[in-house]
Amino acid sequence: MTELGSSPVVEPGSGDRASEEELSLAPEQRFQIPPALVNAGAPILGAIIGLLIGALLIVIAGRDPVEAYASMLKGAFGGSRQITETLLKAAPLLLTGLGFTVAFRTRVWNIGGEGQYYMGALLGGMVALFFPEWPPGLLLPAMLLAGVVGGMLWAALAALLKIKRGVSEIISTLMLNYIAVLLVAYLSRGPLQEPGGYLPESAQFVEAARLPGLFGTRVHLGVLIALFFVPLVYVLLWVTPLGFWLRAVGSKDSVAEYAGFNVEKAIFFAMAFSGALAGLTGLIEVSTVHTRLKATITGGYGFSGILVALLGRLHPVGVVLASVFFAALFIGAESMHVLSGLPETLAEAIQAVVVLSVLATDALAHRGQAE
Amino acid sequence: MRGIVKRFPGVVANAGVDFDLLPGEIHALLGENGAGKTTLMNVLYGLYEPDAGEIWLYGKRVSFASPRDAIASGLGMVHQHFMLIPPFTVAENIILGQRSPREPLLEDRSSVYERLLALSERYGLAIQPDAEVWTLSVGEQQRVEILKALYRGAEVLILDEPTAVLTPQEVEELLAILHRLVDEGKSIIFISHKLDEVLAASDRITVLRDGKVVDTVDASATNKKALARMMVGREVVLRVSKKPANPREPRLIVRELRANSDRGLPALRGVSFEVRAGEIFGIAGVAGNGQSELEEVIAGLRRATAGQVIICDKDTTNCSPREVGQAGLAHIPSDRYRRGLLKDFSVADNLVLQRVSSPPFTVHGVLRRDVIRQEAQRLVREFDVRTPSVDTPAGKLSGGNAQKMILARELARNPRVLLAAQPTRGLDVSAIEYVHRRLIEQRDAGLAILLISTELEEILTLSDRIGVMYEGEIVGVVDAREANINEIGLMMTGSKRQGDDVKEGAA
Repeated sequence: MTELGSSPVVEPGSGDRASEEELSLAPEQRFQIPPALVNAGAPILGAIIGLLIGALLIVIAGRDPVEAYASMLKGAFGGSRQITETLLKAAPLLLTGLGFTVAFRTRVWNIGGEGQYYMGALLGGMVALFFPEWPPGLLLPAMLLAGVVGGMLWAALAALLKIKRGVSEIISTLMLNYIAVLLVAYLSRGPLQEPGGYLPESAQFVEAARLPGLFGTRVHLGVLIALFFVPLVYVLLWVTPLGFWLRAVGSKDSVAEYAGFNVEKAIFFAMAFSGALAGLTGLIEVSTVHTRLKATITGGYGFSGILVALLGRLHPVGVVLASVFFAALFIGAESMHVLSGLPETLAEAIQAVVVLSVLATDALAHRGQAE
Repeated sequence: MRGIVKRFPGVVANAGVDFDLLPGEIHALLGENGAGKTTLMNVLYGLYEPDAGEIWLYGKRVSFASPRDAIASGLGMVHQHFMLIPPFTVAENIILGQRSPREPLLEDRSSVYERLLALSERYGLAIQPDAEVWTLSVGEQQRVEILKALYRGAEVLILDEPTAVLTPQEVEELLAILHRLVDEGKSIIFISHKLDEVLAASDRITVLRDGKVVDTVDASATNKKALARMMVGREVVLRVSKKPANPREPRLIVRELRANSDRGLPALRGVSFEVRAGEIFGIAGVAGNGQSELEEVIAGLRRATAGQVIICDKDTTNCSPREVGQAGLAHIPSDRYRRGLLKDFSVADNLVLQRVSSPPFTVHGVLRRDVIRQEAQRLVREFDVRTPSVDTPAGKLSGGNAQKMILARELARNPRVLLAAQPTRGLDVSAIEYVHRRLIEQRDAGLAILLISTELEEILTLSDRIGVMYEGEIVGVVDAREANINEIGLMMTGSKRQGDDVKEGAA
């Protein structure tokens, strides 16, 4: 409880302290609902509440909410084509969301996913543009690596500013977003513009520079890469001492410092890791969806990945669920638009409502548990 | 208050408590952590609704649904953790949350100032209404809280552990203010677990244990030993006995150490001493004379601007905490929750905090959960840490158990030197006894212990030699057997240096 809660009438701190005193007597008997159940149940309850509020919005828009949600569900999961679309949308959300999970667990507030995404796309895309003659077996790994490095370097800049100069990473990463987006915009109608072309975009990548589809479907290697990082992030955070160190810094940096953990290195690592995944996402998207560099290669993943990470409660499995949920809302909104004639923006409103209600339910559930 | 019962799921915090307060008296509520003191006061203050029992105020049965009702009936509470906004002035903090007579504008500043100054004068609080709170000392902030309660018309003041955060001088000032308040007709409930203060401050004492009243006694008719027995329910050794020290080679050497405070002002001004194996060297002093800076510099948490720290023949000046630890230092930090433990990590994780990335806790880059838990279970048993399980978040432990956990962790590192800073701050009698016993046991086993404490009593009980710190210097070192409390007291306040002509740091 901070001084903000200092309204003399409510006095929240004292209530908490009293319960702390009681806790010392019999901590295990304090909760009637097991914490594990609260942890799992709260986000689900929140999502249901959010969808109910969303139903209200649909009613206001003059449509039947059951029908709208049904068309949404069908649009997202109704057939293999729909499932493919949902997966393709979920993969970039998952990948950026996993990066933010590591950053936020370390309490590093990387808001610069968008810029890191652009820099990954740029560096990887430049490899594709400059070395079109390379065989796919060399070109694709080189592009992936360049994508990682691009995002990582962009994030490292913010990390260094924070460590060396104490600049808030929230501000620096946000500002670096603009620089990265505008840099790509400038390059794609300047030095990197397609020779002889008149649109502000680069030449199209060669076939070898596009991530291959899997088993003859549109589901491409990028989805597999994203899934590969799910266990990896889990192992990193909870199985290795490095993860212990990151979480310790995130839990309380002054204690981590006392315990001999290098706080600055942890901040740098967390920032660079989340930047690397955002950069990788940028490269994957530009290689599969856009197939060229231009100003509009965004999918908004640098920002919606933050929501996915928070909605997934900073746990890799939760992030998987949240990214599929988000992707289904996106994709389902299109068919809701077609079948029910509802505006697509309504789907965005529903997404926002769901995220807010999940976070609010979560906060309420944990207030009961706070020491 | 008659027959107050308050239950929490699985716990009866107050089991039929009777408590009465006479006009113009200071009534202490004494008990160990978890005895139900705070719960009782929260019931009185309207924060909790009692499950049974009644509250009578000036002959009228009352029931408070919220603190707002309690305040309106003339109750005021001063919490242990102040509820003040640092960048606001005293006056702004006091009118905060109160309805202004000329909404939506704030109350007229000069009339508020006038009333505050009058109150401050009347009760000797010496508070300026226009001072910004962050510039005030802890003792002054507490007086702002008292002023706030008085401003709202409190006739009965509840002070929850008011001395826990104060220096000995500030405690004396507070006690003087309390007596003045009582002389002016106010009544005071004084919650504490410190025996000395309770005896010094109060007229009557009610002792709580396990949610029940043990007894209510006149302060003049009892003594420390009797109170401690009532509080704990058994005989308590207030002063742990110890054998004479058998000091050997120096393990920690501090030479001409200088360092700055957070504000960039010199906080250590040439400190020198040494601590030998098998002895406890105590640093006495009033809080804020450089002790926390000394602690941090030795532990590698603050840069020294000059001088040397040598641990077991290794120069560790400005080394990282990890390197200092490797040289053989273990550290019980003075600020338990800022430095000592990760509240949302499990007890097990906290118990291996510094050792987690080395074998046997990490093998081939993989954390061994089972080994970590085994070690934790061993330590929890050996150090009697009361916790439901080693998987419980450390933030849920009581203060005493949290401190035992830290002690266990630090001793488990097999240190050569132990830096124990305020090792019993905020603990109750039995936990203090436990920590003291462990420290002496370790000394006898040959550990070099540097004890930094602002509790003079603790320094005198434990130390073999005592260094007195004043304004960033060691103004004298005395042998504990020949220690003269008056002389140490004078040195602590800067009125005397050892031998008058002896320079700093005579070791």
